[in-house]
Amino acid sequence: MGRYVIRRLLQMIPVFIGTTFLIFVMVHALGDPVNALFGDRAPDPAVAEKIREQYNLNDPLWLQYLKYMGKLFRWDFGTTFSGQSVTSLLATAFPTTLKLTAVAFTIEVIFGIGLGLLSGLRRGRVADNSVLILTLVVISIPTFVTGYVLQYLVGVKWGAAPATVGDQVTLDRLILPGVVLASVSLAYVARLTRTTVVENVRADYVRTAVAKGLPRRRVVVNHLLRNSLIPVVTFLGTDLGALMGGALVTERIFNIHGVGYYLYQGIVRQNSNTVVGFVTILVIIYLAANLLVDLLYAVLDPRIRYA
Amino acid sequence: MSSSMTTGVSSRKADPRGSGTGVEDAPLLQVRDLHVEFRTRDGVARAVNGVDYSVRAGETIAILGESGSGKSVTAQAVMGILDSPPGFVTGGEILFKGRDLLKLGQDERRKIRGSQLAMIFQDALSSLNPVHSVGYQLGEMFRVHRDASRKEAKARAVELMDRVRIPAAKERVNDYPHQFSGGMRQRIMIAMALALEPDLIIADEPTTALDVTVQAQVMELLAELQAEYNMGLILITHDLGVVADVADKIAVMYAGRIVETAPVHELYARPAHPYTRGLLDSIPRLDQKGQELYAIKGLPPNLLRIPKGCAFNPRCPRAQEICRQEVPKLFQVTEDDGTELAGRGSACFFWKETLHDA
Amino acid sequence: MPDQEKYNAADPLAEAGTEELEMPSAVENRTFDLGTMEAQSLIKPERLQDHPEAPAADERVEARSLWQDAWRDLRRNPIFIISGLLIVFLIVMAVWPGLFASTDPLKCDLSKSQQGVSSGHPFGYDNQGCDVYARTVYGARASITVGVCATAGAALVGTVMGGLAGFFGGWFDSVVSRIADIFFGIPILLGGLVFLSVVPSQSIWIVVAFIVVLGWPQIARISRGSVITVKQQDYVTAAEALGAGSSRLMVRHILPNAVAPIIVVATIALGTYIALEATLSFLGVGLKPPTVSWGIDISSASDSFRNAPHMLLYPAGALSITVLAFIMLGDAVRDALDPKLR
Repeated sequence: MGRYVIRRLLQMIPVFIGTTFLIFVMVHALGDPVNALFGDRAPDPAVAEKIREQYNLNDPLWLQYLKYMGKLFRWDFGTTFSGQSVTSLLATAFPTTLKLTAVAFTIEVIFGIGLGLLSGLRRGRVADNSVLILTLVVISIPTFVTGYVLQYLVGVKWGAAPATVGDQVTLDRLILPGVVLASVSLAYVARLTRTTVVENVRADYVRTAVAKGLPRRRVVVNHLLRNSLIPVVTFLGTDLGALMGGALVTERIFNIHGVGYYLYQGIVRQNSNTVVGFVTILVIIYLAANLLVDLLYAVLDPRIRYA
Repeated sequence: MSSSMTTGVSSRKADPRGSGTGVEDAPLLQVRDLHVEFRTRDGVARAVNGVDYSVRAGETIAILGESGSGKSVTAQAVMGILDSPPGFVTGGEILFKGRDLLKLGQDERRKIRGSQLAMIFQDALSSLNPVHSVGYQLGEMFRVHRDASRKEAKARAVELMDRVRIPAAKERVNDYPHQFSGGMRQRIMIAMALALEPDLIIADEPTTALDVTVQAQVMELLAELQAEYNMGLILITHDLGVVADVADKIAVMYAGRIVETAPVHELYARPAHPYTRGLLDSIPRLDQKGQELYAIKGLPPNLLRIPKGCAFNPRCPRAQEICRQEVPKLFQVTEDDGTELAGRGSACFFWKETLHDA
Repeated sequence: MPDQEKYNAADPLAEAGTEELEMPSAVENRTFDLGTMEAQSLIKPERLQDHPEAPAADERVEARSLWQDAWRDLRRNPIFIISGLLIVFLIVMAVWPGLFASTDPLKCDLSKSQQGVSSGHPFGYDNQGCDVYARTVYGARASITVGVCATAGAALVGTVMGGLAGFFGGWFDSVVSRIADIFFGIPILLGGLVFLSVVPSQSIWIVVAFIVVLGWPQIARISRGSVITVKQQDYVTAAEALGAGSSRLMVRHILPNAVAPIIVVATIALGTYIALEATLSFLGVGLKPPTVSWGIDISSASDSFRNAPHMLLYPAGALSITVLAFIMLGDAVRDALDPKLR
């Protein structure tokens, strides 16, 4: 097990380097950040040079990347051009996004698995077909459309929930954005659960469980669902990373000052340190979630051995 | 219970009908005129069309047939684990200890399942849940039916594994099914069925998935435990070889009907139905080395379109006009002088001729 | 323990055709998106078993190919018919928008800004006073072009890379898989935001190129798994034993059988790419005016959504219906190819 974790961690290194370098290259190809900083005014060459020196902008790209990564390992994400440290930005942004993600994730798990189970157990009936079509519709409508429509209907027209979040990040304000953020993933979870339930419902071991005289609830929960959830958990784990990325759109619609908001600002203002810092953290979270899922997978399915 | 049943394998072979009288003699399970159909997209498949049989305590009845003959479906209907939809019991009675199971409520039936009526399945690997330890799966029987504590259930599971002679039961109780060999897994299935000492066990092809050497061991174990607990046993199989040593009587099924019943050795010696005859002739035998092996011509009937009259008529070497018109009932088979042969029946208009050929 | 091997081989959770028993990485094993999810169920050895190229076990049974069966099923499936007709309609609209709208989508009259329905203008006017109906009709072209071209590109690259990786295995497979992992490491929206804000030109082809670059690994993964599964089929082994060369093996035996999951994943991907283009345009990094695009219109309508919801709802509706049509089509094709799940 320990060896397995180490091997997986080692395998993640090239992915981590590749991904962050790709982002780094893209961001630094953004054009001259110093010029962007001064906007339309021509910068004083001496000042510009000083800034370039300070941010290692004169080095070749790979060296800039190495220096940046070196600092990153000391938890120094650099500063934005306006002098704010990226670390403090991260500290403001991440808790907000984490809360939003947690709300969305809870909704996704409860309703996704619930609908999928309902649908799978009633395969071919009205409930099943409704869930199948409904999930396709939800997947087809882009998040930003769902977001605006729900915001308008629930937040403005019916006034059932606050339409925007702003700086007060409270649970009740996060429910509507959470639903929007969760909607597509929820549809995936429902479909995936339905597929695995349908595959397993006729499995021999489920028949055995029935023949043992177990109550239906126990058959469904301890035997059918327990086995069907293995691939679903895999999806959920990796989706955690995707949710945080998807917060980009949701946070913009509902005016939530989280990762997506700051990242968007960073891109618009060509603030390379902000962008690379945020993306690096997201990539780390994504990779960590993958590792966690790998480990969980083996716990859930004893047939899998660590190699 | 009947005295001849209790002393082990050899005496069990004695005619079960000859022993015991009165109330004790009432069958444990009586299936009467059972009908099951599957409603599929392509039409209604009549899988079971009026099956009658009975099992006494301590008795072993073998149900023989090809796949699709309705032998497993009958068993599933008795257990109440028919996939429904598409499967529906459309008629008949299943009397278990005098009560018609088909008239019981869901919950009552569930309580009987596992505790009084248990089933062993063909493929133990897929029939055991891969993600739970065998101890958990065995213990579940006690947890659910006997309200046992976790600890107690585990202790009982170890006992059961010892019972079916799994070496080092205590150490292996937390292992998962895939960590056992095929024979051991089937022993665990047997242990699970035996857990609550049921009155009747249905074994659906219990040894088909196993190696030949292991088959014998598992069958022996099953027969031994059956004798010990004086249970009724329904052995479903397509393999004539398996049943010869353990069964008391045999019912041969074809297209959802019982076409012949007989005590086991009589069936082998003198089949009274052309289908049984065909089955026996198609077993390879050493003394026929070099000769071409007999095969019943044609294919098993499509259950969506069972032939009119006797379902076997298109494949039967003896078929006459009457076979294409009328469905033969199960006739009492007699000797030439008219003495009834106990427990023998044949659903063939020409059973006499068939019997003579043997 | 041999039993365990048998189990793992039979286990649907173990990745299709992986040669090892070791624990599959979640990155390799997880379901990424709808297309992968639906296509993955097609990568099963059983599905290939009754293929006509495999000699029929019983000569009397009429050999019907998978595709004939699927086509027969599809023709009777209302979802297929509806989505198919809708797609034909959308393509016609994309090619000849003039057939449906006589107003010029770029001819706007600021005095009519945000006005509602009037005669000849069934969807009203947007912020700039442009006719929403005309813009909705003309917007189909950008979406369909991006969707079709990006899918064609990603499918081509993905099928070739994944197919070769699956066919040859070894170091080539490892390299392709690792590269795919790197691309998967970047959330697609994030990548789009960063990448597309770098590129100064905002032509349709830049967006297409971006989607191809980030989209091919998804199709490569399906194609790889599919090829590996087909490769292990008996009839391929037989052809190999009879001395068929690599290229013949690939073109004649493997490709035709591996293509079903790729078609499903590509059809569904087409729908999601259209949604992706709209989202990128919405975020301001996709297409730019004067291109007429649903994403742009939705974005510009979003600010005054509360006052004039019609400006947003019509292009959003058109967008959603288009995406839905492609996804439903892919779903119907999947069902036809793998009827067991229904």
